[in-house]
Amino acid sequence: MAETKFTFTEKKDTRSGFGDGLLEAGRNNEQVVGLCADLIGSLKMGAFQKEFPDRFFQTGIAEANMMGLAAGMTIGGKIPFTGTFANFSTGRVYDQIRQSIAYSEKNVKICASHAGVTLGEDGATHQILEDIGMMRMLPNMTVINPCDYNQTKAATLAIADYQGPVYLRFGRPKVPIFTPDNQKFEIGKAINMIEGSDVTIFATGHLVWEAIEAEAILREKGISVELINIHTIKPIDEAAILKSISKTRCVVTAEEHQRNGGLGDAVAQVLAQHNPTPQEYVAVDDQFGESGKPEQLMKKYGLDAEHIVAAVEKVIKRK
Amino acid sequence: MASQANIQELEKIASQVRRDIVRMVHAVNSGHPGGSLGCTDFFVALYFHILKHNIEFDMDAKKEDLFFLSNGHISPVWYSVLARSGYFEVSELSTFRKINSRLQGHPTTEEHLPGIRIASGSLGQGLSAALGAAQTKKLNNEDNLVYVLMGDGELQEGQIWEAAMYGAHHKVDNIIATVDYNGQQIDGPISEVMDLKDLKAKWQAFGWEVIESNGNNMSEIIKSLEHAKSLTGKGKPVLNLMKTEMGYGVDFMQGTHKWHGVAPNDDELANALSQLEETLGDY
Repeated sequence: MAETKFTFTEKKDTRSGFGDGLLEAGRNNEQVVGLCADLIGSLKMGAFQKEFPDRFFQTGIAEANMMGLAAGMTIGGKIPFTGTFANFSTGRVYDQIRQSIAYSEKNVKICASHAGVTLGEDGATHQILEDIGMMRMLPNMTVINPCDYNQTKAATLAIADYQGPVYLRFGRPKVPIFTPDNQKFEIGKAINMIEGSDVTIFATGHLVWEAIEAEAILREKGISVELINIHTIKPIDEAAILKSISKTRCVVTAEEHQRNGGLGDAVAQVLAQHNPTPQEYVAVDDQFGESGKPEQLMKKYGLDAEHIVAAVEKVIKRK
Repeated sequence: MASQANIQELEKIASQVRRDIVRMVHAVNSGHPGGSLGCTDFFVALYFHILKHNIEFDMDAKKEDLFFLSNGHISPVWYSVLARSGYFEVSELSTFRKINSRLQGHPTTEEHLPGIRIASGSLGQGLSAALGAAQTKKLNNEDNLVYVLMGDGELQEGQIWEAAMYGAHHKVDNIIATVDYNGQQIDGPISEVMDLKDLKAKWQAFGWEVIESNGNNMSEIIKSLEHAKSLTGKGKPVLNLMKTEMGYGVDFMQGTHKWHGVAPNDDELANALSQLEETLGDY
């Protein structure tokens, strides 16, 4: 296999990027407060709790109340960051988020770990694959899914400075760190990782690294791939999407999410409205996950580099 | 303490607020008069006597007391009291539930109606928000209080009890939560629909300081709220279990769930208004 265009020396979980980012955000701004529903260790919120015990609130296993508390805390200027698994950050508390946070335009940052199948052995009860869809349907909500430790940390700092409700999604497993540690995070601005001319891959979250590996395989086959990291799924960077596809004329979207409602649908909306273009989805095909090792699940549910390669080869034939 | 003259003044305001309520729901043939009428005396006592608040609305409300309405469907009474307090023009009450109005069926912030700080309507969420706001007051070193009103039927929602646990555990002692204990919900008496059993014992068991009061007597409401205030700052959240009669002030609407979410027709409106003195001028 050809060398990947990005390399890494270390693997780290994106949730640690959140934990470290939260600590720094707390040091930068005393209005930042943390709430957690009995998952401090899993969310890596321990350092924040230790340094700012008065600004940290344990809610117990009571996520609905946590969302309401966070909404109320904004009145008087606090910037609450809630922490629990993605499943309990969204599906379990959809109505609380809808009424008390999104509709009420509250400056709450909903920070969600263990998203997707890479949660692994715990199985489908915890592997939410619908969260991006639910959150991007809500008016006023910003939806962010960063790709590695550095980007998750930068995103955490960026959302502390942004006024309005945000859903920040990250994961459990250790994954390559391949973005620069000093890269500024601009909400809503896609990052062009690799320039190419035959196909555009729009990838988010853990699938960005898979797409980097896919690009190397495809390069050996003589296919020139443009890779764009869509870390902000809402608002989506329409200009970046349209600029790229005007050159490549075909699209693969890649995400650790259901094909219904996620990044692929967000991109398809842009294409359908402005420039209809052949598109293939790399996403979970309307099924629940299961127990297993993250890499086994990525393979079984069609989310690894090989599946991205196959999707690219298919979509190029449709041009 | 309120003087006798004060009490009479508040009762006059309450009469006008009740007129506003029945006129508002009649005009659009929708809305919730029963709970609104039952809680009118409480709202008037709160906004015209108890609450330290500023009608120049500021979302962050620093150095002010805060009020949250969890059972948002009784919006008519809140809108009337906010307007009569001076938050917005009384004439705007005529837009209630109409297209392009700031007076939505249930209270919201999206239209920026002064006095509203969070949307409510989907039940069970207001206590959580009020506890969060109360903790922010503490973080900001403000000694103001946070008030919240919940319906009794609403206590069937699980989130309320999550919040009850939290308030006691975190010693949120700058909050006074009131339950509109009228014993009625849409489908009938609470005892038949889903019995709440011994509410006082429940809240006490959750670690709250509980007082019981009469919500349809102005001087008793003020006494009980002053008493509730004296119980704040002692390490426990305060719960005011306030007995009211749904529909209070209009005889044919009183004490039944039938007027929970039903508007009076023209004859019924005339009958209701004949029982309520116009004290401040109709909108």
